[in-house]
Amino acid sequence: MSRLRSDAFQEPFFRYAGRLFLAVLFLACIVPFYYMVMLAIHNNQDVVLHPMGVLLPVGRLALAPFRTVLSGKSAGGQGFVPFIENSLFLAALTVAGTIIIAVPGAYALARYAFPGRRLMSGAFLVVYLFPTILLAIPLFVFFTRAHLLGSLPPVAIVYVAQTLPVAAYMLREYFDSVPVSVEEAAHIDGCSRWQTIRRVTLPLSIPALVSVGVYVFMIAWNEYLFALLFLVANPGHWTVSLGLAELSSDITVSPPVLMAGSVILTLPVILLFFAVERFLRGGLTLGAEKG
Amino acid sequence: MAVRTPVRPRISRGRTPGIIRGRTLRATDARWGLAMSMPTLLILLVIVVIPVAWTVLLAFQRVTLLNIRSAGIQGPYSLANVEQVIRDPGFVSGVLVTLAYSVFGTAGSIVIGLAAALALRKRFRGRFLVRGVMLLPYVTPVVAAAYVWQVMLNPTLGLVNQVGVNWLGWKHAVPFLSEQTGHLPLTGNSVSVPTALIMVILFDTWRYFPFAFLFFSARMQALAPELEEAAMVDGASTVARFRYIIYPQLRNVILLLVLLRFIWTFNKFDDVYLLTGGGAGTQVVSIRVYQFLTAYSNVGASSAEALLLAVLLGVFAVLFSLFQRRTQAGP
Repeated sequence: MSRLRSDAFQEPFFRYAGRLFLAVLFLACIVPFYYMVMLAIHNNQDVVLHPMGVLLPVGRLALAPFRTVLSGKSAGGQGFVPFIENSLFLAALTVAGTIIIAVPGAYALARYAFPGRRLMSGAFLVVYLFPTILLAIPLFVFFTRAHLLGSLPPVAIVYVAQTLPVAAYMLREYFDSVPVSVEEAAHIDGCSRWQTIRRVTLPLSIPALVSVGVYVFMIAWNEYLFALLFLVANPGHWTVSLGLAELSSDITVSPPVLMAGSVILTLPVILLFFAVERFLRGGLTLGAEKG
Repeated sequence: MAVRTPVRPRISRGRTPGIIRGRTLRATDARWGLAMSMPTLLILLVIVVIPVAWTVLLAFQRVTLLNIRSAGIQGPYSLANVEQVIRDPGFVSGVLVTLAYSVFGTAGSIVIGLAAALALRKRFRGRFLVRGVMLLPYVTPVVAAAYVWQVMLNPTLGLVNQVGVNWLGWKHAVPFLSEQTGHLPLTGNSVSVPTALIMVILFDTWRYFPFAFLFFSARMQALAPELEEAAMVDGASTVARFRYIIYPQLRNVILLLVLLRFIWTFNKFDDVYLLTGGGAGTQVVSIRVYQFLTAYSNVGASSAEALLLAVLLGVFAVLFSLFQRRTQAGP
């Protein structure tokens, strides 16, 4: 009986405590983004005069911060358009590279017994857990020596190596779920191994390919450390992340401009994420961390 | 009477018809498997294995970015870098700061993630909205997240100080990210707190609790409801149900999260660097590695510091797995 009575207190207590906790957590997650957007659509004078007033979108709204961020240096802006192009190019290159390399690798892991299979799984785990900073030094030294600092393709190769383990793991899981009998039917109909993969397995794996592509795109788009080390010397090849970080070190740049740049950096990722969220769960729990 | 089942040839997965040029199917499979995984193995070798091995060599050579051309595999080798790094006055504090950052950041994100997963178990209206919003900190690019925090914590116009000074009666604004030691008035006494370090830990907790949350909610979906219902009928309280039914089933997820989050936080660079630049008592080891490399162009010292970081991490990982084995072997 005493146990029942103790729950008579505990049950409602935890119910209300849980609701309160969720409400606080919800605010903690959404307020920074709301604040980011609100600052980005106000003039700096208004922010300085009414730091709290800008929280409600009732005053004078302005697109000036966005105009400043996007317009070219010659027009007194921050020239973010080339950064967006660089980020897109780098991310596209990384996605293409990772998919081209990970698809055969994952297929081999899913279908064939071959020497080096366990080595490959072990290497994946090591890359997945390994301190990125340890890789940064020799790669930086090598790129400096090979005069590759400041160009985009070498950075894409590093990103491919970073995203390969999770991408191959996700694809392998998916290939495991594609029935072998479908492939055997294709063989019997006269398809070679490559034809089977290209005409049967890959079309069946489009959901997995999309989610891997989005995962890799997000990692490449968000990455900061390698972009900083390898690209900072060449402003023409800065990514949005790097451009924004360099922007913030300039004290003449006002908070609204900084936040407008943050919105430009964040928005594509969030839209992409929620567009494919239900596909993406598996990859996310593996770690959008790396990089 | 024994019924004889017809003997069917075992079909291996991914079979091509017949035997090709006198090779067995197994050998052909192996060749294909090796060929198809070659690009993956090659890129991991070139971008991961060789660089890591090279870091180890560099750590024992006196190398700077200027004389890097003359540095070879043959040495000369010495312990000078390791000595320099360990003797550096910032080394011990760097390790301690990294340790505090990792322990509290890991604990924070796991505790909040667990609480969020528990609170979100019940269905209610707007559950999916709450869930989606809670993933925002995790998917947002680190640069944008760090700068929103910077602006929010800004002493002159940031939201936090505005609320604190105008509504909560703070005597003065707090420079959260540039103050090494702050004084918190607590029941009349003033308690010293490492302000900037706490902010960095809070940022990490905020940014990575969704990661733990995703792990926990995936595991909770697989919990059998019968056990809990039976316990409820037997009169087990909410706390008792968590303690004796839910927690034991989550234990392995918790251990996995502790390991992953600790490793990743321990060598985290960008979060701290973007928030404080490593100042105000937040100079973690990875920032020291970066500074040796870029500010001083001292490749050798940088490699030695990175190697020490990896060794420390390895020691913790071994201790952790020993601890895990012992607790699992126990009653």
